[in-house]
Amino acid sequence: MSLDEARSAIGARFSGAEVGTGTPLVVTVSPGQWAELAAFAKETLGCRFFSFLTAVDWKEPGLEVVAKVDNLDDGLAVMMKTRLGPGVSTCASLTPIYRGADWMERECWDMFGIRFDGHPDLRRILLDDTWEGHPLLKSYAVDTPHPPYR
Amino acid sequence: MLDQSTVARVELDWAGPERLTMNMGPQHPSAHGVFRAIVTLEGETVVAVDAVIGYLHRCHEKLAETLTYAQYPSIASKTDYVAAMTSEFAYVMAAEEIGKVEVPKRAQYLRVICAELQRVASHLLWLGTWCMDMGGALGGGATIFLYCIREREDILDLFESLVGARLLYGFYQVGGVRYDIPDGWVAQCRATIDRIDQRIGEYEQMLEQNPFFLARAKGVGVVSRELAQDVGIAGPLLRGSGIPWDLRRTAPYSSYEDFDFRIPVETDGDCFARYRVRMVEFREAITIVRQALDKLPAGPISSRPALKSVAQIRIQKGESYARVEGPRGEVGCYLIADGSAKPYRMKWRGASFSNLSILPHIIPGHKVADVVAIMGSVDPVFGEVDR
Repeated sequence: MSLDEARSAIGARFSGAEVGTGTPLVVTVSPGQWAELAAFAKETLGCRFFSFLTAVDWKEPGLEVVAKVDNLDDGLAVMMKTRLGPGVSTCASLTPIYRGADWMERECWDMFGIRFDGHPDLRRILLDDTWEGHPLLKSYAVDTPHPPYR
Repeated sequence: MLDQSTVARVELDWAGPERLTMNMGPQHPSAHGVFRAIVTLEGETVVAVDAVIGYLHRCHEKLAETLTYAQYPSIASKTDYVAAMTSEFAYVMAAEEIGKVEVPKRAQYLRVICAELQRVASHLLWLGTWCMDMGGALGGGATIFLYCIREREDILDLFESLVGARLLYGFYQVGGVRYDIPDGWVAQCRATIDRIDQRIGEYEQMLEQNPFFLARAKGVGVVSRELAQDVGIAGPLLRGSGIPWDLRRTAPYSSYEDFDFRIPVETDGDCFARYRVRMVEFREAITIVRQALDKLPAGPISSRPALKSVAQIRIQKGESYARVEGPRGEVGCYLIADGSAKPYRMKWRGASFSNLSILPHIIPGHKVADVVAIMGSVDPVFGEVDR
C-alpha cells in the first residue's frame, strides 16, 4: 500500500484523526481509537512489523503515547500517536494486537507510570519492583535521591 | 563408616508433570552480560521462561535530556558497547534530520567504513562467544573463540589509531565525524580485512563439517515469519526468518546506495539460519569497506565549524526517527528537539531489547541446553537491552 493510499484509508476510517504527510506517516487519534487504529494498521495497512512504543511527557498538556509499525513489503512506516490529556495515565494496551508491545508497554509503565488496560502482565521491567516514581516524567528530577542509593 | 539409617533418601526417578523452577543468571556465562531467565522445567524440558532484565539500566533516555548534542554521542556509544559506532550513528542522524544539517560526502563514507568494520568486529565477538557457549562439541570450545578475538583485536587496533579509543569512540558528531584517517591507515585497513576475509572461510569449514555443531544449531529455536514481525525482531534474526529487510537497502542512509552488496536471507528461522546470515554479512561488510576505501572522496569531514562550547549546537524545534542497520538490526533513535542545545525527549529503539523479547516465545519446548544455543544465536548485548 502506498503512502497516499494509506493516508486516504486512515482519513476515511478515523474521523478526527490528524494525518501527516511525510515519512513515517504520523497519525494522531483520540485515546478511544488507539487500539482500533493499531488493529487497522496491522490488518488493513499491512503494517505487521512492530518497531517500538514509547511515551512523551508534554508537562501541562499531559502524556502522549507513540508507537511505530512498518509494512516491510511496501516500505510503509506509520507512527501512531495519542494524547492522553492532562492528568490521565491510562491507555488501551496494544499487546493483544502486537506481541512486541508487551515489553515496550512494561517499559512505558516503568518509566512513565502509564497503565495499559488489557496488558496481561503489567509490571516494572528495567527498574526494581520496589522503585518509587517513574523517572522519565518531567516532574522526576534527575538527582532525585532514592534509597538505598542516596 | 556412614550410618545408612541417617542418610536422607531422595527419590530420583521422576515420574509425572512435577515442575521445577530454576534461575539461569543473573551471573551466567552464556548471557554475555547480566540477564536472569527464570525457567520452569518439566524434566529437562523448558515449559516457560520469565526474562528478568534491567541489571545494566542507566536511564540513558533521561541522561540524554541533560546532555547537549555535542556531549551525548560519546555517551550513546555506551548503550551497545559491542557495536558502539552504531548507536552514535543513529543519534547524530536523528539530530541532523531535525536540524537539516548537511553531512559532507567524505564524512558519509568514513561513517560507512567505521559502521561496517564495527559490524565485522561485533559479529566476530558473537561467533566466538556463541561457539564457546556450545562448548566441548567444538574442538574444546575455546578454539573458535580465541581465533575470533584475535581478528577482532585487529579491528580494534584500526579504531584505536583512528580515534584513540578501542571500544567507546565518540567518533560520530552532528555534521560529520570527529577525525580524518591518519597516514597509512588505509593500507592497514585493507590488510586487516583481507586477512579476516580469508579466515572466515576456515571457521565455516571448522563449524559446518562438525556434526555436533549442526545438531545443536539446526532446527533449534525456530522463529516464524509471522512471529518475527509481530515481536519486531530485526537484523540477522529477521533475515534468518525469510524476510529480506535491511535498512541499508530498503531505506538507504549515509550513501549506502553507492555500494554493491548482497542481503543474505535464510528461510529456516533456526539458529543455523541466523548463523548463516551473519557469516555472509561478514563478507558483505568487508566488500562495502573495500568499495568505500576505493571511492573515498576528498573534502571536509564535517559541515560544522569547530566548537568553542558544548552548548553551541542548537537544533530547531521538531522531531525525527532515525534508524540504522546495526549488527543486531534496527537501532532507532526517536528524538524530539525544542530549539535548545539539549533534546526534549530521546527514545532508543534498542535492537537487542526487541530481539531478546522473542525468547519467551521460542524457548518453551526446548531442552535446557538449547536455551544456551538460542540465547547466543539472538546475540543480545545487555547494555543495549537495559540502556
